Amino acid sequence: MEPVIDIRDLGKKYSIRQAERYLSLRDTLTGSVKNVFRKNNNSHHDFWALKDINLKVEKGERLGIIGRNGAGKSTLLKILSRITWPSKGTAIIRGRLASLLEVGTGFHPELTGKENIYLNGAILGLRKQEIDHQFDAIVDFSGVASFLETPLKNYSSGMQLRLAFAVAAHLEPEVLLIDEVLAVGDMEFQRKCIGKMEEVSRQEGRTILFVSHNMNQLRHLCRTAILLNEGQIHFKGDINDAIREYSSLAGTIESHQWQNNEPDADHAINSIRLLTNGKILESSVSKSDDLSVEINLGSRTTIENSIVAIRVTNQENIPVYTTTNADDSLRTPSVDKGLHTYRVKLPVHLLIPGRYSLIVSWNIPGIAELSKVEDKLYFDLTDDLYPADILRDGRLGVINKTITWEKL
Amino acid sequence: MKEQEIRINPPASISFDLTELWANRELLYFFTWRDLKVKYKQTYLGILWAVLQPLLLMAIFYFVLFKTFKVSVGMSYPIYTFTGLILWGFFSAGITHSSESLISSAAIIRKIYFPRLLIPLASVLTAFIDFLIAFVLLAIILIILRQPVRWEAVYYFPAAILLAFISSLGIGSLLAALNVKYRDFRYLLPFGMQVLFFSSQVVYSIHSIEPEWLRWLLFCNPLNGALELFYAPLRGGIIDVTGVAISGGVALILLTIGFMYFKKTEAYFADLI
Repeated sequence: MEPVIDIRDLGKKYSIRQAERYLSLRDTLTGSVKNVFRKNNNSHHDFWALKDINLKVEKGERLGIIGRNGAGKSTLLKILSRITWPSKGTAIIRGRLASLLEVGTGFHPELTGKENIYLNGAILGLRKQEIDHQFDAIVDFSGVASFLETPLKNYSSGMQLRLAFAVAAHLEPEVLLIDEVLAVGDMEFQRKCIGKMEEVSRQEGRTILFVSHNMNQLRHLCRTAILLNEGQIHFKGDINDAIREYSSLAGTIESHQWQNNEPDADHAINSIRLLTNGKILESSVSKSDDLSVEINLGSRTTIENSIVAIRVTNQENIPVYTTTNADDSLRTPSVDKGLHTYRVKLPVHLLIPGRYSLIVSWNIPGIAELSKVEDKLYFDLTDDLYPADILRDGRLGVINKTITWEKL
Repeated sequence: MKEQEIRINPPASISFDLTELWANRELLYFFTWRDLKVKYKQTYLGILWAVLQPLLLMAIFYFVLFKTFKVSVGMSYPIYTFTGLILWGFFSAGITHSSESLISSAAIIRKIYFPRLLIPLASVLTAFIDFLIAFVLLAIILIILRQPVRWEAVYYFPAAILLAFISSLGIGSLLAALNVKYRDFRYLLPFGMQVLFFSSQVVYSIHSIEPEWLRWLLFCNPLNGALELFYAPLRGGIIDVTGVAISGGVALILLTIGFMYFKKTEAYFADLI
């Protein structure tokens, strides 16, 4: 049988000029005038976001796509969903395709829940007849039945997401492309969506391409995977091998270290590193590993009563843990003039698997924020200590610790 | 049933895939429906505004041009101007909305594929539905004022509306595509609309303009042909056939250029927007 997706020599080139996104007419006019006088016009730098991609995906295959940020994962999905065009090569898709690069695409705040189901469904490629047919199922799935006539702007963000996922989960194309959309929102509901997609895929042989940073979701949904690196397929094969390969990809991952680019301030955090066994964390960290945060900061004067704090936040943006260097003493410490390095071991064994981000702040409590690093550092926590099933059975909660039950 | 096969290649020649537009007609319907819903949910005056605006403008032009400067149009001046303003309203709303339409749909364009032409098309359709409402009210006003309308209106009116539609869509889709690439293009729009308004025979009649070549130049604004057809049943069937032909030709050329440019740049919308 012919493969459902057949990609040959696919490549996508961006020129740096294009990376500026849009131009102004004025720039173009003045630019072209300047170019007349400049003989050697070397202003175009080409950058291949994807290169020499050859891939066949069989019917019913659920293929994971992994790689670092900027490895070309999203570009590949965008080309396959025809949002953007390739610069060379061909891709053939046999069958009806739907792509889910975002949930709730086209949702309008002024329209009611019901109206948005129809609008979003149509944008995702459903026919009105199909939406009519699935309407009750979508409403059931979303759990917002009593708010159908309420404008979306009055929904909580959680409700909006549920509604969006509900429409998405009821798409029934032959090929489905999913990009990281399941990284947001309520975990239990995400699980419900993955479950639903998996079910349909098993029964009807639907082909799924799934991009995610969440290794657990990937393991759960996919059997095979490709690993993209710098726009090329670095590995193709079994999902577990691909994840292992991803972990061992040389080099350090940006999100595991941070460097201040303006070190001239009077007082600033200079660098932060996530370490495991004394080395910079390379891929994900498992619950049995030690994970430490190393913070280096410097001050030109002694700052009284200032503390250094780390906050760990989960995917749903809920702070799960905050720790400060004042925790183990009664009085607020001060930071002396000079350079200081702190190392803190995080109790990751308490957390459920998933992605966590860190906020590091140096401040005088209630008075001033001296330096803050936010949205720069994150780590993926995987579980290898316990059988995966225990953690994945849909329990709610942000911590996971095996507790001994005593029977009396 | 033959299996659907999608072939993805680097953008090559410009091709018009009308079947694809047709296959997505439901999405076009939903886009138009959304725009109308949102519009009438947000403005309390809603439908009334569609008529109130031309009425107020008509009053101004009546006092300024007719009472003060004794402009002659070969029929009742208020009815002439009001009728013209309603068609102008459709034409200008179609251009303005469609030229902004791609930018304001950026979020969707970045995330999902569908024939992009649906977006400006939906904008012009939305303006068209507004126009239909105003048109019904215009008909009622004409009846109340006992304005004689010749039976030829059954083909003059649709022809006028079609011409306004094509030219609005042509100019609108061209501007929409240009706006994606050159973001400062939109600042030229208000000026362009003023040029279009004052070169349109909405508040004066093109028939009184001499010499002939100037008249023909004015007919290069395609709305003038549309207005010529639109007024004809009201003023006893007088019509400048050459003028209408010029307008029709220009409208078709604009539509072709608009669609060609749109199709040519379409491949890069998602990268640029």
